[in-house]
Parts: sequence; structure tokens; C-alpha cells
Amino acid sequence: MNQNRQQRRTLMQAVVGLAMGALIPLGAAQAADPVKVGMMLPATGTFAALGTAIDNAFKLYVEEQGGKLAGREIQYFAVDDESDPAKATENANRLVTRDRVDVLVGTVHSGVALAMARVARGRDTLFIVPNAGADDLTGQLCAPNLFRTSFSNWQPAYAMGKATAGMGHKTAVTLTWNYAAGQEAVKGFKQAFEEAGGKVVKELATPFPNVEFQPFLTEIAAIKPDAVYVFFAGGGAVKFVKDYVAAGLKDSVPLYSSGFLTDGTLAAMGGAGEGLVTALHYADGLDNAKDKAFRAAYQAKYGMAPDVYAVQGYDAAQLLHKGLEAVGGDMSKKAEMRAAMRGATIDSPRGAFTLSKAHNPVQDIYLRKAQGNLNPVSGIAAAKLDDPATGCNM
Amino acid sequence: MDFTIFLIQVLNALQYGLLLFLVAIGLTLVFGIMGIINLAHGSFYMLGAYAAFVLTSLTGNLFAAIALGIPLAFVFGVVLEKLLFSHLYKRDHLEQVLLTYGLILIFEELRSLTVGDDVHGVPIPELFAFSIQLSDVMSYPAYRLVVSVVCIVLAIGLYFLIQRSRLGMMIRAGSHDRDMVQALGINIKTLYAVVFAIGVSLAALAGMLAAPLSSVYPGMGFSVLIISFVVVVIGGVGSVWGALVAALIIGFADTFGKVLVPEWAGLAVYLVMAMVLLWRPEGIFRKG
Repeated sequence: MNQNRQQRRTLMQAVVGLAMGALIPLGAAQAADPVKVGMMLPATGTFAALGTAIDNAFKLYVEEQGGKLAGREIQYFAVDDESDPAKATENANRLVTRDRVDVLVGTVHSGVALAMARVARGRDTLFIVPNAGADDLTGQLCAPNLFRTSFSNWQPAYAMGKATAGMGHKTAVTLTWNYAAGQEAVKGFKQAFEEAGGKVVKELATPFPNVEFQPFLTEIAAIKPDAVYVFFAGGGAVKFVKDYVAAGLKDSVPLYSSGFLTDGTLAAMGGAGEGLVTALHYADGLDNAKDKAFRAAYQAKYGMAPDVYAVQGYDAAQLLHKGLEAVGGDMSKKAEMRAAMRGATIDSPRGAFTLSKAHNPVQDIYLRKAQGNLNPVSGIAAAKLDDPATGCNM
Repeated sequence: MDFTIFLIQVLNALQYGLLLFLVAIGLTLVFGIMGIINLAHGSFYMLGAYAAFVLTSLTGNLFAAIALGIPLAFVFGVVLEKLLFSHLYKRDHLEQVLLTYGLILIFEELRSLTVGDDVHGVPIPELFAFSIQLSDVMSYPAYRLVVSVVCIVLAIGLYFLIQRSRLGMMIRAGSHDRDMVQALGINIKTLYAVVFAIGVSLAALAGMLAAPLSSVYPGMGFSVLIISFVVVVIGGVGSVWGALVAALIIGFADTFGKVLVPEWAGLAVYLVMAMVLLWRPEGIFRKG
């Protein structure tokens, strides 16, 4: 009896094996073709380090899956976008039209990403944005083929506005460079702050990339608001924070910002940034196993600590994987693949997130308090925050 | 705006204007005396700032960095003049623009390869790392005032160098009639190399002094280049006093533009430039 069962099992295994074998040629034709991924990221210029982080982390994820996603090899095509919107259409076309990539991934600069969105839309190529925060990408320009694994400028700003009001501040002055990202951030902050009963008493702006802040600091000292919200990044962030501290304002008028103010800039501020509270969708010292594993793996492979940009690149690869898995690697099933991506839960190092109907992450925005060169998490500014996706008809 | 705040804004304007003067003065000398349109001037400013960052981390003191950096910049200027710029005096402005634009790209790439693309801070020297209380919530960093004083001293020094010294006499003569000066037995080649090196040193000094204020970042040269040209054009090409007056005008236009008409802040400086040029097309202090 026992032996009989054993035989039958062997027979069954053989039959299944044969059946699988018969299926293989079908799959093999496909598996022979790698999925072509076009990485359009800055490799030179101000944002080079950000582009490298995204590229590194994307490839790290693919390698962790054994170099294949849903059974298909990944072949990379790379273009340095130089963060130059003037060259963006041409660069995107090189990948989409000439190389005929299956997926376009990029980029850091919002102006470049907006041009990429138009090119990708023309050919209906799958397009994953691993950083650029322009609200329009998942607003007016939202499209079935466009996904974002980062944030919208509105998100951290709105969360910061809510948290600022929550800390009991009644009046605020905002200051930013007069460009799209800054304006969107200020809009988000103002919306949340005024919804919660606060009042933005003055909106200051300076042309990009002007860094002469002294007149504004004097203006802030004259108005004496309860709080100041700014949107700056990189060199401007360092200069602004140092000037703010040197003007003696930091202790009397608390300064808040979206997290880019203190990301990768604290060392250059030389202690001036200590204790600054910012809001972002990632933070140091998050208590989740995924983040710890990701940080260890990234550190081991690239010899440096990952940052928020790396997380966004890693999640771009994860999102692509979800889509490919759902259709067994068959990218011709566009609608099914996109539906799966839209419905996916991404187990991100930042904490799991889902996508909104406009394909932007619905995610927790953390409050962080700068300490040394790190931005450790100090709370949640807004849980499961969904971008309003103004102008999106999807 | 109450009176204290107004006075602080005047101080802001003066302080910013003097900083602009420091950046633009090298450009106006090289342009006015040698007739070279030097787009790479902003890059010398950037290189100065990065030199301040590197040398300060090596020596631990900004003043030591400046003491080392100035001779380096001077030698660098002489070498550049001999190798590249000396071939340009008789050529078209277009070729000068091409060369100096190429230099911008080369210097940026060299900076990227050697120091990287990160933002860096340079600590303010201990001696001046304090602030002066001006109103109940606003204080003023002492180092900014120190930089302003340095700018004033430099303006006076340059005035005497050019108007009163023998070297200045040769420089002024050289800018008028190169051939005649040479015929009088003055080595015009060496003279030009010295002027150019002074221009480079001044840009680098501006970068080094501004480094603790502005922090050090890629592309910092571009932002000062345009405003420097505005100062040179308003002041009148080649005039030290013109550059000083123009820089102060710009300082006031920018500061009060930002405060009084925030929506037009970006335009204020250029409106002033347009008005000055309508009034005096050659710039305020251009002679003949």
C-alpha cells in the first residue's frame, strides 16, 4: 500500500514535470529577452550623488533577487541627464525610441522628469519616477504608465504645516526660492497650517539660486512670527541655516522645513543645524527590520550609508518587480501589470506604503530632529498621507 | 518698518554691496585694462572658496588658508596668463568668451573630480565667531562686519595702487596705448601678467572670505558671475570707484527690493541697471 502510494507520487511528479517541460519553450522565448530598463539619472552636476544613490539601490534590489525579476534578466541602458531640462526630451527619446526600453526610470530634477513624462506617454512606455517631487507628475500629468516611488512636494510640506500647528504655533512666515518645488511646498504648508487654525502672515521668496538672505532675516525679526517654514536644499540650505543661527533667530523663532533642508547638509552646517525639526518620508533610526537589512546590505556593497534617494531607487525596483510578478514576466500585458503595480503594497525601508489612484505613494511622513549628522525620527507628522492629486482625471 | 529695522536693512545693503564690490573688482580690472571678457572670473571665486575649504581643514584656520591661498592664486594667475590669455589680446571678443567659457567647464569638472559634489561649510575663525545684538530678536554676526571692513580697506588700497603708484601709472598707460608703453621701454607682457594675476587673486580672495558666509558648493561661481558683470557695467568698465558705487547701488536695490516689493525682488537689480544705462550708457564712472 505504502509502496503503491510512493509509486503513484513518483508518477504524478513525472507527469507534472513533463507538463512543465512542455511549457518551458513558451517561457524560454520570453526569458531569453531581458527586460530593458532605461536609467535616466544625473551622473554629473549638482545632483550626481543623488543619481548614483538611486542607481546603486535599484541594482542592489535586482541583485538581491538573483539578477532576475519574475524570471527575466534585467538589461540596463543608462543616460546621464545632467539635470538639464533643455536636453531632457532628447535624452528620454534616446532611451525610449532608439533603445526601445521597456521601463524608463528617472530622475532627480523635476523639470527633466516632466519632459520624460511626455516622451514616455507618447510611446506608452512604463515610467517610474524615483525622486522628482513636482506635484504635476501625479497631478495634471498623471497617466496609467507613470508611477512615483518618492513623494510629491506637497506631502512633506503639508505634514510639516500640520505638525507646526500641532505644536501650538499660531503665526508663521514662509521663505523659499521662487521656483516650482518651493512654491508647491509653501502651498502645502500653508494649506495644512491654516486648516489647523494658524495664519501665514507673510510669504517671502527669493530668485533661485540667490543666497543673500540677510534682508529676509531682518524682515522675520521685525515680524516676530511664532514659526518660520522654509524650503531650501543643498548649498542654499547650508547657507540659510548658518545665517539663521548667526542672526540669533534660531532660539527665538523656531525654524521648520521639508526634510531636504537637513538631508546630507548637516555636516556642512557645522553644528548650526542641531535640533532642527523637519518632515520627510524617511528618517534615520527607523524601527523596522526591512530598513536595517537594507542599510546593512547597501553599506556592505557600496561602502557608504544609504539615504532617502537610495530608498526611493530601491522601491522603484520593488515596484517594477511587483508588476512583473503579476504577469509572469510578460510585459505585453500592460493593463494587468499596471493594475498590479497600482494595487501593490511596497515593503519599503521607509515603512510599507501603497499607491494612490494617481500612482503616488500613500505614506507616513516622519518628524525628524537633527542630531549630529543624522536626522533621527522623533514622531509621525502625518500618517498614511495621500497627495490630493489636483488636476488628475484618472 | 520701524527705524531700528530700517537701519539694520541699511547695514544689510552696505554689507552685501561691499561683498559684491570685492567679487567684481577683479573682473573690472581685467576687463577694463586688458580688454578681456573673462567669464571664468566666477570660477576663480569658486576655486578660492574651495581652496579656503581645503586649506582650512589642513591648517585649521581661515587666516592661514588665506595667507597660503593668495600667493597660490597669484602664481596660478600668472601661469594662466602666460599659457592662455596672452594669446587673446589681439583677438576677437568671441574667442575670449569661448576660451573662458571652456575654462569654466574645466574648472568645474576638476573641482568635481578632486573635492566632489558635496556641500561643505568653512568654520568662521574663532576670533570673530560671535554675534552682536542689534534688536530684541535680531543679532549680527561679527564676521560679516569684518568682511565689510576688509572690503573698504581693499578699495582704498586699490585706489592708491592704481592712481598713486608707479605700477598703477604703467597699468593705466598700458590700458590707453599698449604700443606706446612698450616703445617707452616698459615690459608690457610682464605688466599684463601681473594685472591678470591681481584679478585672479582678488576673485580668489573674495571666494575665500565669503566661504564661511556662503558655504561651499558646486556652481557657486555662476551666481556671482552675472551679478559681477552687472556691477562692472553699471560702474563703468575699469573704474575702481565705479565698481564700489555700483556695488553699493546693487546692494541697496537688492535688499530693499526684497523687502518692499517681494514679488519683484528678482527684477529690482536689473531695473536699476537699465535705468543707470539709460542715464549714462557708458556706466557711471567711465571716462572719455
